[in-house]
Amino acid sequence: MIEAIKHAPGRIKRALDSDFFWKFRRSPVAVISFAATFLLVMSALFAPLLATMNPFDPASLNLMNGFTPPVTPSAFTGETFLMGADDQGRDVFSTILYGMRISLFVGFAAVTLGLLIGVTLGLISGYFGGWTDTIIMRIADVQLTFPSILVAMLIFGVAKGFTPPEYRDQLAIWVLILSIGLSDWVQFARVVRGATMVEKNKEYVQAARLIGRGAMPIIFRHILPNVLSPVLVIATISLALAIIAEATLSFLGVGAPPTQPSLGTLIRIGQGYLFSGEWWILFFPSVTLLALALSVNLLGDWLRDALNPKLR
Amino acid sequence: MALLNIRDLTVEFPTRRKVFKAVNAACLTVEPGEIHGLVGESGAGKSTIGAAVMGLLERPGHITGGTIAYREDEISGLDDEAMRKLRGRKISMIFQDPLTSLNPLFTIRQQLTETIIANLKVGKVDADARALALLQRVDIPDPETRLDQYPHQFSGGMRQRVVIALALCSEPEVIIADEPTTALDVAVQAQILELIRDLAVERQVGVILITHDMGVIADTTDRVTVMYDGSVVESGPTAQVLGQPEHDYTKSLIAAVPRPNRKVHRFPQVSYGGRMTSFAIEEIAKGWPVREAPEGALVSVAGVTKRFAEKGGLLPWQRRHFKAVDDVSFDIVPGEVFGVVGESGSGKSTIARVISGLYRADGGNIYFDGRLVSEPSDKEAIRAFRQDIQMIFQDPYSSLNPRMRVDDIVAEPIKHHGLLSGHAAKLRVGELLEQVGLGADAAAKYPHEFSGGQRQRISIARALATQPKFLICDEPTSALDVSIQAQILNILKDLQEHLGLTMLFISHDLPVVRQMCDRVAVMKQGRIVELQETEALFSDAKENYTRELLSLMPRMSDVSDEVQLPDY
Repeated sequence: MIEAIKHAPGRIKRALDSDFFWKFRRSPVAVISFAATFLLVMSALFAPLLATMNPFDPASLNLMNGFTPPVTPSAFTGETFLMGADDQGRDVFSTILYGMRISLFVGFAAVTLGLLIGVTLGLISGYFGGWTDTIIMRIADVQLTFPSILVAMLIFGVAKGFTPPEYRDQLAIWVLILSIGLSDWVQFARVVRGATMVEKNKEYVQAARLIGRGAMPIIFRHILPNVLSPVLVIATISLALAIIAEATLSFLGVGAPPTQPSLGTLIRIGQGYLFSGEWWILFFPSVTLLALALSVNLLGDWLRDALNPKLR
Repeated sequence: MALLNIRDLTVEFPTRRKVFKAVNAACLTVEPGEIHGLVGESGAGKSTIGAAVMGLLERPGHITGGTIAYREDEISGLDDEAMRKLRGRKISMIFQDPLTSLNPLFTIRQQLTETIIANLKVGKVDADARALALLQRVDIPDPETRLDQYPHQFSGGMRQRVVIALALCSEPEVIIADEPTTALDVAVQAQILELIRDLAVERQVGVILITHDMGVIADTTDRVTVMYDGSVVESGPTAQVLGQPEHDYTKSLIAAVPRPNRKVHRFPQVSYGGRMTSFAIEEIAKGWPVREAPEGALVSVAGVTKRFAEKGGLLPWQRRHFKAVDDVSFDIVPGEVFGVVGESGSGKSTIARVISGLYRADGGNIYFDGRLVSEPSDKEAIRAFRQDIQMIFQDPYSSLNPRMRVDDIVAEPIKHHGLLSGHAAKLRVGELLEQVGLGADAAAKYPHEFSGGQRQRISIARALATQPKFLICDEPTSALDVSIQAQILNILKDLQEHLGLTMLFISHDLPVVRQMCDRVAVMKQGRIVELQETEALFSDAKENYTRELLSLMPRMSDVSDEVQLPDY
């Protein structure tokens, strides 16, 4: 432990000095998108400190503030809201911060689930081949023939049917994670399978087999670390897609409940008022979603180029 | 007047930390009809010169000094457009890999005529006739039919002939051939080199032949330029440079080339540039267990057959197989080095993998130390076998896990077999790394921080970790430079002599086999055609196929036998 601490500064220094970080610094797209992502994630994380109110707490809402435009004081209470207030008098800015928490949480958790399933199945499929491979990959193919949002809705519907009605709102988020996670394992599995098939024929894997190592140590100790860089890239891009998928589901009314609005729920609420002049309820959540998805996506794109040895 | 005149060429690659000088003030001239060899080890800058002449330098590399002149015109300062015209028309290039130099989607006719029309401004009928004549010239049998075939229908050697025909389309005056025969078998290599030779004389084309192979240089070139670390160290007529080398580097390079015609006890170590690393064989021998040599054979291969699916299928009768190894039997006695030679596709690597257990045999048995090891039923025999055999692979870049630290790589066999644990294992790994000449501080590094030869030493350390009885070497040096090859082969010889290790040595390189092996099996299409004592095989081969293989070895008659090595 003491040794680990002693080594820590050296490791940070080495990371800052690495070619990877050097490339990062020289790419304005990477720096800007990373900064934007970082800013958004941090503001979601510290939402309770930044927000003026807790939008999930009905006691803090004042219906008299409903439909207050941005920056102008409310006609009834005199309160001012940076991005205005929605139909129930919730501060849009605060609601976005809290909504982003839900969107990001669902996104991260769903990608983690998809990654765990996909990487495991991809490794097994690629390493063993034969019937195992055929069965896993045909299931993946079948799933790919449906749009993933449709698959997510299907899983969401089935899972919802199994949850008791009184817990439905509380469990909605977990059901959302499950449905998005299960709908995007396929791309992880495919990429990892391909990379595994390349790696397993390399001589270091044969050397491990010669020593007498079994299949599991070889898969997880030798092959897994060598197929991780494409996984990292897909995970980043998947995060953007998962956030959008969550927003889409919530927009369609099958995702996060109105009492715990995510960005998608906010957009759904807002679009009802777009043509009656209360544009801010739709506009600010949409811009936030755009910024979040775009910056994560650009970061993933840069990561793909930076980690691809062919483009070096 | 020289066709191509390169003066003081300097090429630099600015990288993050420093500017890397790939070529440093190199001079080179090519006359019409002359083959000028450019030889050096990897990283010497020989391919960079070729790329600079063609204007194909990969960014961020660029020419920072000197001139390249074609006849009287300087071409190094030309813009892309002017360079493109010259490149297609007057200077052509032949690359190493014939598979990727041809477009797989077009027939040979389409590729040849397109190039001819673009460069020579002739009509379609005329271009067609020229394409046919070119294929005939490069000795492709039945050229009318072959013209309408696709690249995948040609064998490797035939494909390289097509690539040469393609390079001749624009009637160039200079051809740059970058390792044109490295991917080919010896037999095919000899034919291709002869073709290049004939074409140079017949069409008065100047050829720059870039290669790492001294044998190719000796048999093919008129003049040779030796490069080391970006600089030209020696240049002159081939017979003179190889016969009476002047520079120390040339001397040590020539000394390291395995000779086809005689057996040496040890290879002279190339020590130029301070790359010599010691190998502490006595230390290893001290800790080595003394074992009773078993009676009879250590490894016994009995009627082994291995098939691979050529065409898969759901139903058994839809599948087609070819036999990579076909009813092969031989014994390896304790303490000997048993060689297997053959061309690519002869099944020599497959037999090594079957013996090691990486592939399961489809027929026949393998016995090790008298116990059957080709059936997984006897768990105890398999476990002991895994500890007693190890393998050294061909490619030092893929045989070490890039994400594992060197100490973990070397410790893996020790820990897996439960030989030592914890601190004792760590000490043992440090010792092993020290003994193979890497030093204990190599432990905390990753494989990419080492050169090819150093990686092969790490492989050797890993192979020695379980103190095996039997070592399989599958082309252990064919990916290495000659000077490194000499070091690694010496290490293997030492291991065999001092530890009494038994070895199976797979190679396509006959001179190396002659230096290393006690007995040699010659394989062809999955079968052993001849098995003899090494010296008997080289002096008095019984089979025609063996004699044919032997006749294709580079003769190296010009190469000086007695090079006085400088002392360091």
